[in-house]
Amino acid sequence: MANGDGEVVGFDNVGLRYGTGKEVLSDVSFTLFPGSFYFLTGASGAGKTSLLKLLYLSQRPSRGQIRMFGTDVITLPRARLPGFRRRLGVVFQDFRLVPHLSAYDNVALPLRVAGVPEADLERPVTDMLDWVGLSHRSDARPATLSGGEQQRVAIARAVIGRPDMLLADEPTGNVDPEMAVKLLRLFEALNRLGTTVVVATHDLHLLKKVPASMIMRLDKGRLSDPTGVLRYPPKPQADRRTGDDRAEDLQE
Amino acid sequence: MKKPPVISRAINRGLAPFRGAPAQELVPQARLAGPMPWVIAIMVVLTVVATAAGLALTNLAGGARAELAGGATVQIIEAEPKERNRQAEAALDVLVEFPEVEGLRRVPPEEVAALLEPWLGTGFNGEAVPIPALIDLRFRGDATPDKLRRLRAALSDVAPDARIDAQSSWLRPVFSAIASLQWLALALVVLLSLTSAAAVFLAARSALGNNRETIEIVHLLGGTDQQIARVFQRSVGFDASLGAAAGLLLGMVAVLVLGQQFAQLDSGMVANGGLGWLDWLAVAMVPLAAVALAMATARLTVLFALRKML
Repeated sequence: MANGDGEVVGFDNVGLRYGTGKEVLSDVSFTLFPGSFYFLTGASGAGKTSLLKLLYLSQRPSRGQIRMFGTDVITLPRARLPGFRRRLGVVFQDFRLVPHLSAYDNVALPLRVAGVPEADLERPVTDMLDWVGLSHRSDARPATLSGGEQQRVAIARAVIGRPDMLLADEPTGNVDPEMAVKLLRLFEALNRLGTTVVVATHDLHLLKKVPASMIMRLDKGRLSDPTGVLRYPPKPQADRRTGDDRAEDLQE
Repeated sequence: MKKPPVISRAINRGLAPFRGAPAQELVPQARLAGPMPWVIAIMVVLTVVATAAGLALTNLAGGARAELAGGATVQIIEAEPKERNRQAEAALDVLVEFPEVEGLRRVPPEEVAALLEPWLGTGFNGEAVPIPALIDLRFRGDATPDKLRRLRAALSDVAPDARIDAQSSWLRPVFSAIASLQWLALALVVLLSLTSAAAVFLAARSALGNNRETIEIVHLLGGTDQQIARVFQRSVGFDASLGAAAGLLLGMVAVLVLGQQFAQLDSGMVANGGLGWLDWLAVAMVPLAAVALAMATARLTVLFALRKML
């Protein structure tokens, strides 16, 4: 398996179970490379969200090894995990916006937590809200935003810090097709700047929109490899199979 | 399509502090709508009153003890007035020469009559009801059993009917009661502090439960335990300060009113029971201690809860 050089994330025989239940992830092994774009697909309950939880360091695996940015995060002292989390951008399936903060403050939160001075916040936060089409709602609380608007705020919050790795759980589930494409363009733009992107989705049409992406598929907690990316790890941006081809592979 | 905005400036990814108004806004301030200020206010009122009472009792006991420790009373218990008067005068002559006696005075018959008036009424006949002659004396230092024994020996020839009692001996039950009250006040202060800590602990846990989602979000965005705990600590500290200020004000009013009530008793016993400036300073420390306790409890509660998260 990968030794950690040139990888963003490495999973070796990872298993995850909650409590004493059966494993929701079994023998998961893969490597994510810098600057690559991955779709994580699978039916509902296949384990996509559990795998993302391991990736955004909200859960420790029951077994196996996980390396992130060249460090074994399983044995890493808890106090060092925040430094790793700040290198990640996460779009949660349920958005997880702070309910009593405005859209502006929710988007600014990762930068504030990272200690960015207030004077340096306004421009990027305003630009980001403008880009996701919510500049006119910057003072609105999440409860007054529609599902799609909340999702766009969640995405803006995830990408504002220009993370090394972006993890998105069904990020286009509540937006119209036009906005979905727009958001994917944002992810691609980040990806071109070197951010590794992992998008969990069961919407196979999305795969066509990002031709350079690679696919990981989960089935009952086990990872399969429809595009060969796990067996033949690509160089960054190397896999150029068309989205149409890969979507057809999956539908088969 | 418009180019996506991406911050060109490198983000500071150190573990920098998260402070100021934006940090405070993370936890909605309940102000007076939450239980914390009221819990703290009630606890501070009770603790201020208990502390003030304990200190007043300490002063009262200390003053009375100092006043009575060296005092003794000589009673000439003789039914025949002339002989009683003779023995009293002879005793005074001996006592004046006694080296360990610092001061003495014969209690005038009118004063003795006034002391007995509640029991015997006015205008009683001194011959019908024999009243002992009384001499108040003060030793240099405490009235020890050894000094009393030597004094008895010195008086036995000139005033065989003299009876000498240390004033502290007949006040011993009073001192014992005061000491019990002091312990009671101390126990009340300790119990109230523990109750305050428990109430603050529960209030902090409740606030934590109400804001668990926010905490988890900040945690997942890379917030450190210290950052999150500091936000909660300051929030609880603010609420606790409101309550403590109100509690101190009410407690002080209660103490002053009680003090005036006792002052009106015009009794020698309570004359020493006032509070000095050091005592007031100690009372003023109660709300500060309550706020510090609230903040420490909130911090530890949040840190403990966060440690359960990865």
